[in-house]
Formats: sequence, structure tokens, C-alpha cells
Amino acid sequence: MTTPKLSTGRPPRLSWRVRLRRDRSLLLMAVPAVVLLVVFNYAPLFGLVTAFQEYDPLVGVWHSDWVGFAQFRALFGDPLFWQAMGNTLYLSFVQLVLFFPIPIALALLLNSVLSERLRNVIQSVVYLPHFFSWVLAITIFQQMLGGAGVLNQFLRTHDIGTWDIMTNPSTFALLVTSQAIWKEAGWSIIVFLAALAAINTDLYEAAAADGAGRLRRLWHITLPGLRGVIVLMLVLRLGNALSVGFEQFLIQRDAVGHDAADVLDTFSFYYGITTNNYSYGAAAGLFKSVISLVLIWGANKLAHAFGEDGLYRR
Amino acid sequence: MTLTIERPSTKPAASRIDKRAPWEEPPTTVGQAAKGLTLGGVLAVVIVPLWIIVVTSLSTPAAINRAGGLVIWPDGLTLEPYREMLGDPTVRTALLVSLGITLVGTAVSMVVSVLCAYGLSRPRSLGHRVILILLVVTMFVSGGLIPTFLVVTDLGGYDQWWSLILPSAVSVFNILVLRSFYSSTSTDLIDAARMDGAGEWRILWSIVLPTSRAVTAVITLFYAVGYWNAFFNVMLYLPTDAQKWPLQYVLLTFVNRGNGMPGSVNAGFGTGQAQTAPLSLQMAVVVLTLVPLLIVYPFMQKHFRTGVLTGAIKG
Repeated sequence: MTTPKLSTGRPPRLSWRVRLRRDRSLLLMAVPAVVLLVVFNYAPLFGLVTAFQEYDPLVGVWHSDWVGFAQFRALFGDPLFWQAMGNTLYLSFVQLVLFFPIPIALALLLNSVLSERLRNVIQSVVYLPHFFSWVLAITIFQQMLGGAGVLNQFLRTHDIGTWDIMTNPSTFALLVTSQAIWKEAGWSIIVFLAALAAINTDLYEAAAADGAGRLRRLWHITLPGLRGVIVLMLVLRLGNALSVGFEQFLIQRDAVGHDAADVLDTFSFYYGITTNNYSYGAAAGLFKSVISLVLIWGANKLAHAFGEDGLYRR
Repeated sequence: MTLTIERPSTKPAASRIDKRAPWEEPPTTVGQAAKGLTLGGVLAVVIVPLWIIVVTSLSTPAAINRAGGLVIWPDGLTLEPYREMLGDPTVRTALLVSLGITLVGTAVSMVVSVLCAYGLSRPRSLGHRVILILLVVTMFVSGGLIPTFLVVTDLGGYDQWWSLILPSAVSVFNILVLRSFYSSTSTDLIDAARMDGAGEWRILWSIVLPTSRAVTAVITLFYAVGYWNAFFNVMLYLPTDAQKWPLQYVLLTFVNRGNGMPGSVNAGFGTGQAQTAPLSLQMAVVVLTLVPLLIVYPFMQKHFRTGVLTGAIKG
């Protein structure tokens, strides 16, 4: 065996022709994905110009009339739009407050279970609803809590009256939040469990030797260990503040009415596609995308201010 | 020279010892009871509804009458609802459509994603940075619902099955997960194969893929679940032709839109006339949408405990 040659620094830079010949199969492999993304992600980006047009499906995007900001002016004067905006922010806020702490608490709880088999069983069960469709999840909720569901069956047979949770607009925010928790909170613990596993257990032993009790160890070791992930998840959450479960609302809109269930995404759908008012819906979509980008950027700034990486590094 | 094939970072995260460390305080009874109750409650919230739905789907009409709706304790079981369901043309077609879309879609997605992920995973290859940026940008900016709808319909996707597959065939997140695994495949092994004259296709097929089975399985599951569960694309592109509906859309139309009133679903399965679908039949459709997942899940769930996902999340 020969000793490997010690190379210093980077290999010599090859001309792009040589690299092209060398890497052509690699490039070829990336082509299908790139083509699909260009057609179905980049072309629609260009299609956003319809927000500045009065789009007519018969003549297409090339020949539709330009109307400047007229769609946006109409949008900002539309009470239904502001209602959707208000609902989006409100539902997002409720979900942030009620949903966000649960996976962290669940991960801590699970992490404290000593038996590995029991931990595995619990993990498998709580991850499961993540793989259900929203149609299925909401059907399950309906069968449990709906007008003819198990809960009301019980109330009726005991003459307590009925309590229709599924069609009540005033408690809709709590309903959709509990659905989101039921479906996704279990799966969300994955990242927190990984962060918990990465904490050095010697730290706990040393702290215990110094007389730190359970709560102090939680406060001074566990939570600081989770800080990076918590901040990252918060950044993602804030960046997505304007996208609260589209399918979830779409399915339940008929049951509770649009006053409570319309969010920005469903607004685009109902006032854009189902009414053929494409430009109007595109304007609402563009507005949402721009605000979302600002939110992601702002949330990252906030994360950096806390000395964390956030989504991307400085 | 011998080479050992390493599975890239699929080792379980720091295996823990199954007993209490000596320096830890002994558990309090109240604490243990609270913990047990909470965890029991969490498990029950997931399992009990599924149990009730499965039992109801297997119940005789008499049992459903006695229970006044959903059946919690088995009380007269029958397979009749399932026989009825599988004999129903709408459900049968929907099941075939769902299976077809899921199989074809997953195959397309996996081929495209695996190729792209490997193509971008070799260090210092030409242009991989540019393409990577092109991919990642789509995670943050998108044209949104309506421009996408216009593009797909302009391409003739309305009322076509491909509109349920191609627009959502590429998940950049999944590509990044795969790529991070392929990047960590032993370079010694790849270099050795290259010395032996293997091209990139051969390296991908005989070295990279066999050493990253776990991540391939997980990503396949993600794609398959996505196709199986999709219903909004159907609402968007194929809302009119009931013959082309997948199972989720049938579930939505016939069970969910009955809006919690068992016995009042006013669309007979496939018969086109107003007719009641019995509750057990409705629940059988619910179970049917669950069956494929429940078949695959036991084989998959062990991968979720390993580092397959967590490594890629911060990337």
C-alpha cells in the first residue's frame, strides 16, 4: 500500500468545460426536478402579474388588460378581506399560545419515561395522527364531538341537552386549535426529543451533586439546551403566521360559516377561483406572500437578537 | 483492502440506560400518578376515537340502534358493511383511483427526488450551488394558489389525473433530506467505485441507494401519504367528475358533508338518488382510508426514532 499523497489546499481549479464533461450525468439527474419546479413553481411566480391585470381566461395572461393597483385598492376596501385577515391573525395567535407549548411539555414528559419500550409505544401512537388527512381528522372529530357524535349521544341519553361544538362559530378558534393539536402536536415533539437527547447527561449529574433539585435542573440545563430549537420553531411559526391550516378551514367552512372560517388562503380560493375573479384572488395571494416574507425576515432578526441562528445565519 | 459500508447517521440518538441514575431523586407517588394519567390521557385521545370508529364500522344495524349512534362496546359484529362498501361502484372506483395516484405519484416523486438529491450531493460539482439555491428559493416564495391554478389549467390539466401528481411531485424539503444523507455517504467507497470505472448512475444505484435504505423508506412514506391524503387538488382540478374522485374526496362528500348527522347523508353511494348511507357503511369508508397507513406504519415507525429526520431539519 502506498501512503496517500498529502494535498495542500484545494484541488486545482478546472475549466468549466472539463467540469461540465465530468459532471454532466450529475446535472442530467437534476434536470427533471428543476423542470418541474420551473413549470409549477417559477411559472406561477411570473403568473403573479395577473394581480395587476383584469385577467381574462379567454385571452390569457399575455393579452389581459393592465389595471395597475386597482385590484389591491378593491381588496383593501373589501370588508370580507379584512375579516379574513383578522381571522387569520386571530387563529394564528390562538394556535401559537395554545399549541406551541404542548409539544415541548410532551417531549419533556416522554423523555422522563424510563422504560424504552413504553417510550417507543407512546411515540408510535402520538405520531400516527400526523399521517391522517385533514378530511379524516375532521371526520373523526365530527364523529366524536359533532351533533350526532359520541359526546352528544352521551349527553342526550343522560338528558343534559346537546352541545354542538362543530358548528359553533364562537368557539371555532378553540375547535380548530384542538384539531391541530390532536393531529400535529405529537409529531412536533420529534425535534424537541432530538434536542433533549443531545444534552450532555454529565451536566445533570454535576448539578445534582451541587444540590440542584428537579426544577432547578429543568430551568438551568434542560431549557437552555432546548433554546435553539424553540427559537427555530418560533421563527418558523411566525413566518407561517398567515398560513393557518388551509385544508382544515376549507372543509369546515360550510359548517360554521365564512364569518368565522375565512382566512387569507380560503379568501383567495372562494373570491378568486370559484367566482372566476382570478386577478382579485391573485392580488390577495400576492399580498399574503409579501407579508409572509417580511414576517420570516423579521422573525429571523428577532432570533439573531436573542443570539440564536434562527432559520439562516447572519 | 476491505471496505465497511457505513449507514450514514441512522444510529439511534444516544441510547439511554433503562434505569434511574443513582444521583436522581426517588420518584414521588403523586408525581408518578400525574405522569401516568397524563400519558394515559394522551394515548386515549388518539386510540379511543379510532376504536369507536372501527367497532361501529363492524356493527350490525341493531347494535347501532341500541347504542343510539356510534358503538363503543362491541355488541353484535358483522362484516356486512365492508361487503356492501366493496360492492359499491363509487367506493371501488375511488379506491382504485387513490391506489393508482398514490403508486404512480410516489414513483414519479421518488425517481425525480432521488436523482436530483444525488446530482446535487457531490462536492464541487459544476453548478450544484446554483441549482440548490433555485430549489430552496421555492420554499420561501411561491406564486400561490391562483397563479398555480392558472398554469396547470393552461397546460390542459383540468379534469386530468396528472394535475393531482405533477404540480406537487417535487418536495424540496424531501430532496434536502435525501441530499444530506447522500452527502454523508462514505466518500472512500464512492472513490473506490469510481476507480473501478463506475459512472455516477452506477454509484447511485449500487452504492448510495443500498446504504441509505432507511431515509429512502421514510421519504417514500412521506410522498405516499401526501398523495393518498390529498383532496384539495381534487377540489381544484377535478371537482365535477365523480368517476375520477379518489377516496378522500368520496369521504369528504359522502361522510363529512353529511355534517355529523348519521343517517342523513343524502347521496346514495353511486346510485345517484337520495338515499341514506348507514352509519356502519360510513365508518367503513373511514376505516378504508386508514388501512394502507396502518399496514405500512408498523414497519416505518422505528425509523422515526432514529436520526433520519432530525439531522436534516436544521439545514
